[in-house]
Amino acid sequence: MKVPISWLREYIDFDMSLEDLAHRLTMGGNEVEAIVRTGWIDNVVVGHVQAVAQHPDADRLRLVTVDHGSGVAEVVCGAPNVADGQKIVYASIGAVLQDPYSDEPGKTRKLKRSKIRGVVSEGMVCSVRELGIGEDHDGILVLDETVEVGTPIGEVLGESVLDIELTPNRPDCLGVVGIARDVSAITGNALRHPDVEYEAKGPDVNTLASVEIAEPDLCSRYTATVIQGVEIGPSPQWLQDRLVALGERPINNIVDITNFVMFELGQPLHAFDRDKVVDHKIIVRRASDGEQLVTLDDNQRKLNSEMLVIADPERSIGLAGVMGGTNSEISESTTDVILESATFEGVNNRRTAHALELNSQATLRFEKSLRPGLSEVGLRRATKLIQEIAGGTIASGIIDVFPGKGAEQETVRLDNAVIKRVLGVAFDSEIVESTLGNLGFKLAADDHGWDVSIPYWRPDISIPEDMVEEIARIVGYDNIPTTTLSGRPPQWQPQPALELRNKVIDSLVQAGMRETISYSATTDDGEARVELPADTPCGIKLQNPISAEHAVMRRTLREAVLNTVSRNSRTWRGPIAIFETGRVFLDYGEGLPEERQMAVGAFAGPKNELHWDASTAESDFYDAKGAVELLLDDLGIEPTFEIAEDATFEPGRTAVIKVASANHTVIGVVGEVASGVLAKFDAEVEKVAMFELDLAAILKVIGDSQAADSGKFKEFVRLPASHRDLSLIVDTGVTSGQIVEIAQRNRIITSATVFDIFEGKGVPDGKMAVAVRMVYQSPNKTLTADQVGKIEQQILKQLSKELGAELRG
Amino acid sequence: MPNSQDTKAVDSVEELKLAATSALNAAETNEQLEAWRVDFMGRKGRLTGLLRGLGSLAIEDRKIVGAAANRVRAELEDMFEDRVQAARSSQAPVGSIDITLPGRKPATGGLHPSTQMIREITQTFNEMGFQTVEGPEVELERYNFDMLNIPETHPARDMFDTFWVDSETNDDILLRTHTSPVQARVMETNDPPIRVVVPGKCYRYEATDATHEWQFNQIEGLAVDEGITFADLKGTLYEFARRIFGPNQKVRFRCDFFPFVEPGVDMSIEWKGDWLEIMGAGMVHPRVLENAGYDSTKYTGFAFGMGPERISMLKNEITDIRHFFSNDLRFLTQF
Repeated sequence: MKVPISWLREYIDFDMSLEDLAHRLTMGGNEVEAIVRTGWIDNVVVGHVQAVAQHPDADRLRLVTVDHGSGVAEVVCGAPNVADGQKIVYASIGAVLQDPYSDEPGKTRKLKRSKIRGVVSEGMVCSVRELGIGEDHDGILVLDETVEVGTPIGEVLGESVLDIELTPNRPDCLGVVGIARDVSAITGNALRHPDVEYEAKGPDVNTLASVEIAEPDLCSRYTATVIQGVEIGPSPQWLQDRLVALGERPINNIVDITNFVMFELGQPLHAFDRDKVVDHKIIVRRASDGEQLVTLDDNQRKLNSEMLVIADPERSIGLAGVMGGTNSEISESTTDVILESATFEGVNNRRTAHALELNSQATLRFEKSLRPGLSEVGLRRATKLIQEIAGGTIASGIIDVFPGKGAEQETVRLDNAVIKRVLGVAFDSEIVESTLGNLGFKLAADDHGWDVSIPYWRPDISIPEDMVEEIARIVGYDNIPTTTLSGRPPQWQPQPALELRNKVIDSLVQAGMRETISYSATTDDGEARVELPADTPCGIKLQNPISAEHAVMRRTLREAVLNTVSRNSRTWRGPIAIFETGRVFLDYGEGLPEERQMAVGAFAGPKNELHWDASTAESDFYDAKGAVELLLDDLGIEPTFEIAEDATFEPGRTAVIKVASANHTVIGVVGEVASGVLAKFDAEVEKVAMFELDLAAILKVIGDSQAADSGKFKEFVRLPASHRDLSLIVDTGVTSGQIVEIAQRNRIITSATVFDIFEGKGVPDGKMAVAVRMVYQSPNKTLTADQVGKIEQQILKQLSKELGAELRG
Repeated sequence: MPNSQDTKAVDSVEELKLAATSALNAAETNEQLEAWRVDFMGRKGRLTGLLRGLGSLAIEDRKIVGAAANRVRAELEDMFEDRVQAARSSQAPVGSIDITLPGRKPATGGLHPSTQMIREITQTFNEMGFQTVEGPEVELERYNFDMLNIPETHPARDMFDTFWVDSETNDDILLRTHTSPVQARVMETNDPPIRVVVPGKCYRYEATDATHEWQFNQIEGLAVDEGITFADLKGTLYEFARRIFGPNQKVRFRCDFFPFVEPGVDMSIEWKGDWLEIMGAGMVHPRVLENAGYDSTKYTGFAFGMGPERISMLKNEITDIRHFFSNDLRFLTQF
């Protein structure tokens, strides 16, 4: 909402600076985004025309002698209306003026000394267009003769406009008077109400027009009057200026007045040419499906039965509260006017406007649910102005069809105690009464508080707390004390899912991985690239996706993580070690989907940063597996890895992750991404090792293992342990897991670690050499070398029997 | 046999040699060695001076003494070279390594900047007694709007550009436009006192640009009990601003409108000479309390909501919100 200060001052006086006013309005809820100043131009002052002479070489040019306070200048001027004795706007050399001949708005040019047809012009006498305050360039602007010569032009013509960002609950502030009321409450100065009194000398209005509301739910009140014998013409300058300042184009006096009252009071109005309304009868009804109407913007509109129209007995003549129709519009030949000021239902109004992509100033107001009391005030104000400006005779009485009468809440109870209860501070009755009084509320006081009547311009007030806000915002939130939250803190509730996710994130970061966050929506085709199992539940489709790339909620994080790998593979030369935790959305067809927390991580590119002593090998399966092991170790979960198939991953290089102690529950998968899948992501890496963990499954495992040993201290054996290395030759294909498992069957072996695997020179074909370090420790005695040797032999025998292992010679 | 004078001259060469040797042995640093070289071997050095003095001797004597002096010069030069080498090797003992090579740094991971900010903010409120809870991202219209005093007829419904879910069975499922529905969910299933803080992803049908994303995180807060006031709201949020932005941060509370609070608050901070809104807040609207089954004449509360990405943008001077979900390591590794 743009509020010109000169307009605001018509209703309210204030002494504070505009900056202070803007601050107070902002603090009170009407945020002033900018104070825009127009008409202030350097080197432009009030001048006095001392003489006008004909230019020697041009019929249409005059030589004007201007006294500008600090001297006299001779100016060449082409304006036909320049005359001796006028006070005019004089721009001296160097002034920056609007370029009147440019189509580009705001284009300026600097005034230079120039010769015009052989005569030097020392400056310029300006039109409103050159000053940037209007469109007229047919003549110069002539000022009031009382203004003093030499006065900077800003002091005469300058306007400041508050550009206010309104909240949707305050349609009253879509009128200048609404803002003035806030200023009244801020300053304590009284508001000057717009004059709505007029003399009605015409016949009874009911003999001139009639109104019928067929849809009372969509139109709670319709007020109308008739003015006969008006003279249609351009509006007076002041009225045009008011509309231009708000960016509205003046049309004719009647239409301009309806617009002016809308910007003054917030009530949209419409004027019909009475002669074009069949039987002078107005019907408020729904359109029939397919009904056509040409609206004032010359568009043929196809209507439907959801839309409310204003009609006469034969046809629709306007879209109610949105835009009028051309078939009944005010024209130069109009003499009698039916003036409408009605209250249309907001939601229907907004939907009609949206459906037709017609966002009018009227809809901006109606959609905020205006109160019906405003319509009569608007009608009377516009009627008065029409009589003043366009003449004519006003019918006696008004038409007032008011089906919503009595349906509205009229008062609110405000107990003094509520103010303290909500704000934490009480206010004196005088402050409450003057603050609310200045805002236009009427208060009836009793011992405990007030019965407050809700003014007709405030649809946002219905409960005591609304009144509390009114007091607080005008007093200023700054003036309410600041206290620390006291009282009983609530009982802590366990949040296992949240805690698990945080632990997972921390562990993976500790594993050297970088957390990423992707968009939660993707496409079916994009997701299909990771070859999800056929039994994956459906995805959640969006009715109105932001773009085709984000049309369905993800069912997996694998796609997002591979996208991230792919994107970075083109720009990032170091190791790519990333993970993401988040929800996938699984639709089982009823109600809300399951939102399952998952964690997916990937390693790609070199294992290490480039370093003089680090391997330059590429990341592989074991990087991903290591991160999983570290994470599960942190969670106190002992996983088993079993070779498995999963279409995202490469066969033979993929393991399913299970928890043996929890019924072999599957909690995830780790592997190298299948080359066919990787190819679809266009990643510039050879290989991606990836894991996926189902946090919901892990949560269940943790929940089920109440007796988990994790985190509990275990007494360690203080006796020394013996370490011995075994170097074995086994068939290729024997796994280290098999060797370790056999070794650890003996309770004396506390750990068995494969620390070298070798195939090639010195090892027969089809065989490999495996080195294992075994730690021997008895809980109750120190083992002798003989005892260790005996156990070693037993284990070797078992390895040989089960795996065909031999000692390496 | 050289005569006595010759002998004397040769002796002085030997003396010079002794003096030079002992001085050379005493010299340890490069600077001292260089000083020695200038002193004895330089153009104006003592050995040169001695050789110049040969001019006063007889030709034969000159030969003898000259030969002796040149021999001494050669010996001293050799000794000097050895000493220089020794000095060098004394700085680099046997087994020296190149300490300029970079060390072995463990690979470091890192949190996404959104997670960092969410943790910082939630922890701040945790310490004030607010517990972190979560809620669904795909939500029912009832929780996202209706229970929060945003009925379909409410003009504020337009403030939220909503993604609707295309479902055959339901027409009331949407992507939550804010974390506020968790307020309704928490109150529906818990009795006062309530103090929760709710981080999570939200979605709005909104054209994206440097300051707007259709997906973003929000952090919601809610405190409900008997006796909670607007003054408590101010105190709590002041404390938040002190902890997140520092103790000298200027903060402003002004009236604003959100349908689920009354009175409504916009909390702004002073940032580079401007006021920037970082949080919407207010006293929980009585209808929201009633919708959750609370007696609004008995209980009051306050709620607040903020965008961790926006706060991260301020604190980390990130100029484009679209970086957050681009997952570019050149961005992520800076935090």
